[in-house]
Amino acid sequence: MLYSEKVMDHFRNPRNVGEIENADGVGQVGNAKCGDIMRITLKIDDGVVTDAKFATFGCGSAIATSSMATEMIKGKPVEEALELSNQAVVEALDGLPAHKLHCSVLAEEAVKAAVKDYYDKHGITYDPKLFCNMDCEGCHAHDGE
Amino acid sequence: MIYLDNAATTKTSPAAQQAMLDCMEQFWGNPSSLHTPGQRAAEALAKAREEVASCIGASPREIYFTSGGSEADNQAILSAALLGKRKGKTHLISTAIEHHAVLHTLARLEKEGFSVTLLPVDESGVVKVSDVAAAIREDTALVSIMFANNEIGSVQPIQEIGALCREKKIPFHTDAVQAAGHLPIDVVKQNIDMLSLSGHKFHGPRGVGLLYVRKGLPLLNLIEGGAQERSKRAGTENLPAIAGMAVALKEACDHLEENARKEIVLRDRLIEGLSKIPHSALNGDRERRLPGNVNFCFEGIEGESLLLLLDDKGIAASSGSACTSGSLDPSHVLLAIGRPHEVAHGSLRLTLSEETTREEVDQTIQAVTEVVARLRAMSPVWDELQKGVRPYVIQ
Repeated sequence: MLYSEKVMDHFRNPRNVGEIENADGVGQVGNAKCGDIMRITLKIDDGVVTDAKFATFGCGSAIATSSMATEMIKGKPVEEALELSNQAVVEALDGLPAHKLHCSVLAEEAVKAAVKDYYDKHGITYDPKLFCNMDCEGCHAHDGE
Repeated sequence: MIYLDNAATTKTSPAAQQAMLDCMEQFWGNPSSLHTPGQRAAEALAKAREEVASCIGASPREIYFTSGGSEADNQAILSAALLGKRKGKTHLISTAIEHHAVLHTLARLEKEGFSVTLLPVDESGVVKVSDVAAAIREDTALVSIMFANNEIGSVQPIQEIGALCREKKIPFHTDAVQAAGHLPIDVVKQNIDMLSLSGHKFHGPRGVGLLYVRKGLPLLNLIEGGAQERSKRAGTENLPAIAGMAVALKEACDHLEENARKEIVLRDRLIEGLSKIPHSALNGDRERRLPGNVNFCFEGIEGESLLLLLDDKGIAASSGSACTSGSLDPSHVLLAIGRPHEVAHGSLRLTLSEETTREEVDQTIQAVTEVVARLRAMSPVWDELQKGVRPYVIQ
């Protein structure tokens, strides 16, 4: 099979699908042209991610990585959510095929984008180096378009 | 399992399987050997050659068995290009929607200094004969245009293009991999100089195909070695596969009209049912299309997840999405008919066989409708389309 049981489970029964109304942080990354867009919305109380939801346009692994990423950051302090790496998402899913690794990068970037949005909205100062430039890494084929 | 991926491959028919077993049991000799087992194999080979030739209106001496459609395409194009070059002709004409066996062979020749014209197709995926005429130059060595497209099923005006090439004295090759056994083929009437087909698209085995080359037209080898296939394709013949293909092609051609009639009714039912999904569009021509081909784009979703969820519901289908092609770009065919990237990612190909039933079609319509709705419900693209943030491409 192309995907692990874990990936298929998160694809078939995605956790945290939807959108949080009046979210404290919203992150949307990817490009429809490339076939992947993820939007993650966060509810943050006292610096803790109390809820996370996602909406994803993309392949099976894009949906599964979004689902897993939201599971992994729920209940965590914002600083810990920021440390979520794409490798950690891949490991939690028992691996991804090599050509699907970019989906996990997108999931990591969506979480970071949502946290950045939370910081910006709430006037919280941060080191800009914490965030990538949101230049969709999963989208090398269309760079410059 | 509802199998609707017959353009990828078909289930080998019982008669083809039996023919293959017979070869392995009884005609296992080497057809090049002079002893009795060898000569019995040679007879079986000759019989298979006669059968396939009669199915496409050719004579047996015009048939060269190959390892499949890709090899036949490669040989036809490389041979015509190299023979053309000897006469100073280094221009090749084809279309933007060919199979990669043709496109990649042309790209290789382009690197070697040939110039290649890839003709566009209209929005229904059909090439214009007038475009072919306009592209022909003094130094054109070959025109290669597929009989029918493998993704969107559009059928090309082969007979007219053939007549044009005949008049201009340019060799004309057609990749008929999807057409053979499904559409009437007569190489004489349709003015075809070279034609490729593959065994496993009409319930024959894979790993076997053939190249038809009109008598009198020279042909160069891809594979050098022994004198098999009139010295044009070396290697001991894969007789079980050849015999299986011949039986399957004969079966398909004997029932061609009956099968097509049946498939067209179901195809049109499927098209009608899927058209009811909002913001969906049929790819390819409504009329000029293969009897078993249905191809749709659904806005706001991605094809791989669509295939996986359909598989969960017991439906085997295919998509032109980048994720399923192993590249970052979606299908070159969908792009060529003007579908933007984001819509091409959401494509679904369903290809029927004569064994497909009405119940299967109805179940498929229901399953696709449900799965598309489910994926749209979690798609931020669909959300933006619905909110008017992003304009619909498909109305």
